[in-house]
Amino acid sequence: MNETVYVIAFYILAAIVLFSAIGVVVLKNIVHSALLLALTFVGVAGIYVLLNADYLAAVQVMVYAGAIAILIAFGVMLTRRPNMKESNPFNSSAVVGFVVAAGLFGTMAWAILTTTFPLGLTAPTDEISVRGVAKLLLEDYTVSFEAAALLLTVAMAGAIIIAKGAKKA
Amino acid sequence: MNYSLLSTEMLMAALGIGLLVLTILSPREKGHQGIGYAAVFGMVAILVATSFQYGINETTFREIWIVDDFAVFMKQLFLVSAIFVTLSSLDYVRSLPKYHGEFFVMIIFATLGMMVMASANDLITLFVGMELMTVTFFVLVSFLLGNGRSSEAGIKYLILGATSSAIMLYGMSLLYGLTGTTIIPELVDGLTWSPALAVAVIMILAGFGFKIAAIPFHMWSPDIYEGAPTPITAFLAVASKAAGFAVMIRLFIQGVPVTTGVDWIVIIAGLAAITMIVGNVIAIPQTNIKRMLAYSSIAQAGYLLVGMMAADVAGIKSILFYAMIYVFANIGAFAVAIVVGKHLNSDKISDYAGLGQRQPLLAIVMTVSLLSLAGIPPLAGFVGKLYLFAAIMDQGVLWPAFIGFVMSMISVYYYLNVCLYMWRDDPKDDQPIHVSGAIKLTVVVSMVVTLVLGVYPQPLAEMANIAAKALF
Repeated sequence: MNETVYVIAFYILAAIVLFSAIGVVVLKNIVHSALLLALTFVGVAGIYVLLNADYLAAVQVMVYAGAIAILIAFGVMLTRRPNMKESNPFNSSAVVGFVVAAGLFGTMAWAILTTTFPLGLTAPTDEISVRGVAKLLLEDYTVSFEAAALLLTVAMAGAIIIAKGAKKA
Repeated sequence: MNYSLLSTEMLMAALGIGLLVLTILSPREKGHQGIGYAAVFGMVAILVATSFQYGINETTFREIWIVDDFAVFMKQLFLVSAIFVTLSSLDYVRSLPKYHGEFFVMIIFATLGMMVMASANDLITLFVGMELMTVTFFVLVSFLLGNGRSSEAGIKYLILGATSSAIMLYGMSLLYGLTGTTIIPELVDGLTWSPALAVAVIMILAGFGFKIAAIPFHMWSPDIYEGAPTPITAFLAVASKAAGFAVMIRLFIQGVPVTTGVDWIVIIAGLAAITMIVGNVIAIPQTNIKRMLAYSSIAQAGYLLVGMMAADVAGIKSILFYAMIYVFANIGAFAVAIVVGKHLNSDKISDYAGLGQRQPLLAIVMTVSLLSLAGIPPLAGFVGKLYLFAAIMDQGVLWPAFIGFVMSMISVYYYLNVCLYMWRDDPKDDQPIHVSGAIKLTVVVSMVVTLVLGVYPQPLAEMANIAAKALF
């Protein structure tokens, strides 16, 4: 019973993720694309919940569905054209893009289906809770954590440099 | 947890943050050249500090961070190139519209990213270090604010760099799925041949291929090398490429060796062959010195990949040796291009006419650097190529050495073409070109090293050998 619920939930979430992702690419109005992108992020967060990664799901909702989607919406608003109808047009390489994407999908599907992955059958450890993530980040992955902090500092300074430009402030 | 293994990175981060604060606090934009001098002295001090790290060979943070001779050698290579790039941009920054101090700070952080890559013993740390380097380069490439070409180069590098990172990350996630670990030496225990492993290896190779600009992943480099500020072009061509090689060597020699069943040497061989051939052939018709050096650096990546094909101590040693002399030869050539480009406001090769009369020092250095890149004895480039091709010939494989030899001969044509302009033609105007002390130091050191290592390569070869042995 429990198992079936999980399976059904997975397929519903997967469908949400896939169809909204297709919508992001296909829809002609870029505002609709941005909203569907947020929906994709929420769907992925649902899959994280199914994987028992509650904390990751919360981060996914807050950072991606929240912050990033709003950033995209702002970006659209600040750069928009008077008419939003044809704001996300197909480019001339749609056919080539489809062929490449289909080929890549076929290869990946073949590779993943014909490979037996060593599944960890152990019960979820505390590595997926907030406590576990914090422990990993501040003990084993200290270097990555600090390097990421420096990366953000540099990115912020760089964004200011590029955005302010050469004009006299 | 042994924090002393992180000492050089901590010093580098402190130097970067400290200079950033100093830049913001000091009001006068003109005084920001001093930040450059401080950066040079700081990095020289850190370079000295790294030389005490040879022979440590320890890991910490549950094997995630490693300081072995290989990592130390690579760090020294990055620091040397960062020091010379900073020295040769001391005058150059005056032509930038704004943010002179930040320019040097960004160079420091890019170098820090490379140092993290060299010491990363796990996929996550490797990736974060690589992103620190790449994101900093996005900013540096578009630093000529208000210049369309530079902004275009920055945007192109951002989009293509993000795509290549995504592809590599997908490959890494497959590796994690197959083994359940991200620590590089532990990967090998869990790997046997499977289609997913093959896909993972191809995707990761594509990501590294982008970083080292191997054909067919080189599309970005000519436009970006041309649009970026010239010192940054030099830094990209030299240090960013070497950093890509550093992580590629560590991951493929220790994490996914050929014994796991995926014969990546075949892929590397294909990449090496087309990179050597196409890179050299496209370099011939170039008329812009930065584009010519871009294609030449693509071709040089092909020679380095030949050392990767050998995949043994001799091969890795030859890569390390060649990467180091490649730094000096390229820095010499680019330093001249920086001065000439700034003075003439042009990067056309034909504008180098008569440089031998206008500024003999620059013309001599350019000639020595280009001949070293072409591999003419008795310069260092010849010894480097000898090591690279000898390593693969020792395994009984002759064709890469043959292609490399023929292509080196072809490359002499476009390298000597520049020399012809410089020495044969008369200058368009006779005014001598002013050369600052920092540039003089850069070009003289790069020329002396190129000459000395050509006749007496033993010390560097010995160091490279020690570094290469750390991996096996």
